[in-house]
Amino acid sequence: MIISGLVFYIFATVIVASAVMVISSRNPVHSVLFLILAFLNAAGLFVLMGAEFLAWILVIVYVGAVAVLFLFVVMMLNINAAEMRRGVMDYLPTGALVGLVLLIEIAMIVMNQQFGSDVAGMVGVPTPAVDQVTNTKALGDVLYTRYIYLFEAAGIILLIAMIGAIVLTLRGRPGVRRQRIPDQIGRRREEAVELKKVTPGSGV
Amino acid sequence: MEITLAHYLVLAAILFTLGVFGIFLNRKNVIIILMSIELILLAVNINLVAFSTHLGDLVGQVFAMFVLTVAAAEAAIGLAILVVYFRNRGTIAVEEINLMKG
Repeated sequence: MIISGLVFYIFATVIVASAVMVISSRNPVHSVLFLILAFLNAAGLFVLMGAEFLAWILVIVYVGAVAVLFLFVVMMLNINAAEMRRGVMDYLPTGALVGLVLLIEIAMIVMNQQFGSDVAGMVGVPTPAVDQVTNTKALGDVLYTRYIYLFEAAGIILLIAMIGAIVLTLRGRPGVRRQRIPDQIGRRREEAVELKKVTPGSGV
Repeated sequence: MEITLAHYLVLAAILFTLGVFGIFLNRKNVIIILMSIELILLAVNINLVAFSTHLGDLVGQVFAMFVLTVAAAEAAIGLAILVVYFRNRGTIAVEEINLMKG
C-alpha cells in the first residue's frame, strides 16, 4: 500500500511539473518533450489504477504519433520563439486569476463529492475480476459488441481527419515533370503514328 | 497513505487548470495552445479512468478511448491548418489571424 502511494505521488508530481514546463518553456521543442514526459507518467498512473490497455494506447498514440506530429510541425515552422513570448506578462494576471478561480471551484466540488446510495446499481458494464479476464479482453468484449456503432464512428472520424489533413497540406507544385499514366494509356494509334507513302528517291 | 478517488480527481483538476492557464499565458503561439488542449484532454481522461476503476464500470475506459481518438484527430487537423496558414502568411501569431473580421 505504501509503495503504491509513493508511486502515485511520484507520478503526480512529475505530471504537474512537466505540465508547468509545457506552458512556460521558452522553446516549443522543449514544450513538446515535456508533453511527452507528462503523457508517459499519466500512462504510469493508468497502470496504477488498473487500466493497462489505456496506458499502452496513451503511450502508442500520444508519444508515438501525436507528439511526433507536434515535433515535426514545430521543426517545420520557423518560429521566432522570443517574438512569441513577448507580451506573456500582460496575460499573466488574468490567466492566473481565471486559473485560480477554476481550481478553487473544482477543488470545492471534488473535496465534497460523495456518491449517492444507488450508484452501485447504475454500473453499466461491471469490470470482470482481474484474475479471470484481462483488462484488454474485457475492454474488447464491450467495445466490439455493445459499443460497435460508436467504434465505427470513431473510425470514420479518424478517416475524415486523415483525408482532411492530406487535402489541407497537399499542394500541387507547378513546373514539375511527372508521369501521367492516364494520358499514356489513353493515347490512340491515330494520334501517335502517321503513315506516309514515300516514293523512292524523293524523300518525305 | 491510501490513494483514494479524490487524489486522482485533485490531480486532474490541477492538470485541467494548468491547461486553461496555458491557453491564457501563450496567447500568441498556436502550437502551445494546442498542447494545452492536449493537457486538458489528458486531465479529462484521468478523471474518466479514475471513476471507471473506482466504481468498477468499464464504460468509463471505453469513453476515454473515444476521447483519445477525437484528440488525435483534432491534433492532426489543427496542425494541418497551422502548416497551411504558415505557408500562406508566414506567421502563426494568433493576434494576426483576423482576415475574416471584415
